[in-house]
Amino acid sequence: MPSLDDLKKRIKSVKSTQKITKAMKMVAAAKLRKAQENAEKGRPYSQKMQNIILNLTKSLNDPQNAPKLLVGTGKDKIYLCVVLTADRGLCGGFNSNICKLAKTKFQEILKDGKDLKIITVGSKGLDQIKREYGKFVIKKFSFKEKKQITFKEAEIIGNEIINLFKNNEFDKCILFYNNFKNVITQIPQSQQIIPAETNSINSKNENLFSYEFEPEEDEILEDLLPKNISTQVFKAFLENAASEQGSRMTAMDNATRNAGDLVDKLTINYNRSRQASITKELIEIISGAESL
Amino acid sequence: MSEKFTVEIISPDKSIIKSDTIEVIIPSFEGEMGILKDHIPLITFLRPGIIEIKDQIERKYFVEDGTVEFSNNNLLILTSTAKEISNIDKKSLSTIIGKVEKKLSEGEITDKERYLLSYKLDTLKNINQ
Repeated sequence: MPSLDDLKKRIKSVKSTQKITKAMKMVAAAKLRKAQENAEKGRPYSQKMQNIILNLTKSLNDPQNAPKLLVGTGKDKIYLCVVLTADRGLCGGFNSNICKLAKTKFQEILKDGKDLKIITVGSKGLDQIKREYGKFVIKKFSFKEKKQITFKEAEIIGNEIINLFKNNEFDKCILFYNNFKNVITQIPQSQQIIPAETNSINSKNENLFSYEFEPEEDEILEDLLPKNISTQVFKAFLENAASEQGSRMTAMDNATRNAGDLVDKLTINYNRSRQASITKELIEIISGAESL
Repeated sequence: MSEKFTVEIISPDKSIIKSDTIEVIIPSFEGEMGILKDHIPLITFLRPGIIEIKDQIERKYFVEDGTVEFSNNNLLILTSTAKEISNIDKKSLSTIIGKVEKKLSEGEITDKERYLLSYKLDTLKNINQ
């Protein structure tokens, strides 16, 4: 049975933890609003970009000679996985959800006898991945010191991917990130960016136009595809940022509530043992008086 | 029947403008291009220049690159560099002009880069006047 003093100390410490988690929740909520706004504003760009590429692909006359970025190298031997995570912890299952998804994919790739290369963005993901797959990590990025991630950072990673592709370092590239659905739900997602996945959207919009191109289709595609990669990375960044804050907010909200429950429980314990000690003292006094 | 169509300029982080307009002039890669309602579907990309959107008020945007799609009377301009000209700071402009000039004078650029840079320089100088 812990003494009264011990209980008192514990209650105090839990209360101060609660204060911290509460503050973190507030901060996350404020940041979330901004991040969410950014993510929503950024969506049209990547969507429209994808649409244009889709339309271009449909009207390609000579798919055999299409740019490699679009159709792939024709092989599927080496996989490049880009895992986007946060730089900070204390955000619930955010980082581990992405890593879990990525690791399942890694296992699949290795089981099929394919080669694996990994690029990590964000230090938390690296920490989780390097334990098992450290030898596959070829590059790591972290934008910890940046307050807000802009298109520039996305371009750095986009260019890195394109350079690797040009040097024939990989055949397929898959992006892992958390898709922001709403504050409570974030869905870890994998998206193949090289070769561009065009089949999935094909069936939805069948508005075939015969476009006029200026200059030629393939020239436009050459210009557009590298841009599209950076755009997709940027989109993933934005979704990730919003998800991170959303995830942290829910996690900290839960933590605050748990701390509250714990304080209640401890207070009852404390009062009980206080009562017990008073009763004990009274009994001692009374029995002492009786014996006289 | 109205003679207007919608124009939308979108950058990676936000939608810059969406409005109805009568005519838009874009600096496409192979020359300036005026777009009116019911233009045939078109995809092209931009060189540095000025996008003019003509309506009751005329708006001008400076762009360095971008992609344009026109379909169903919807003009879509995707660019990461659009700036409204009235918002551009004259002081910073001259430093940018200096940088571009320096780059142009360096020998190690391809013809395509030279082409793009010279347009950028011309446009910037025009704005600066």
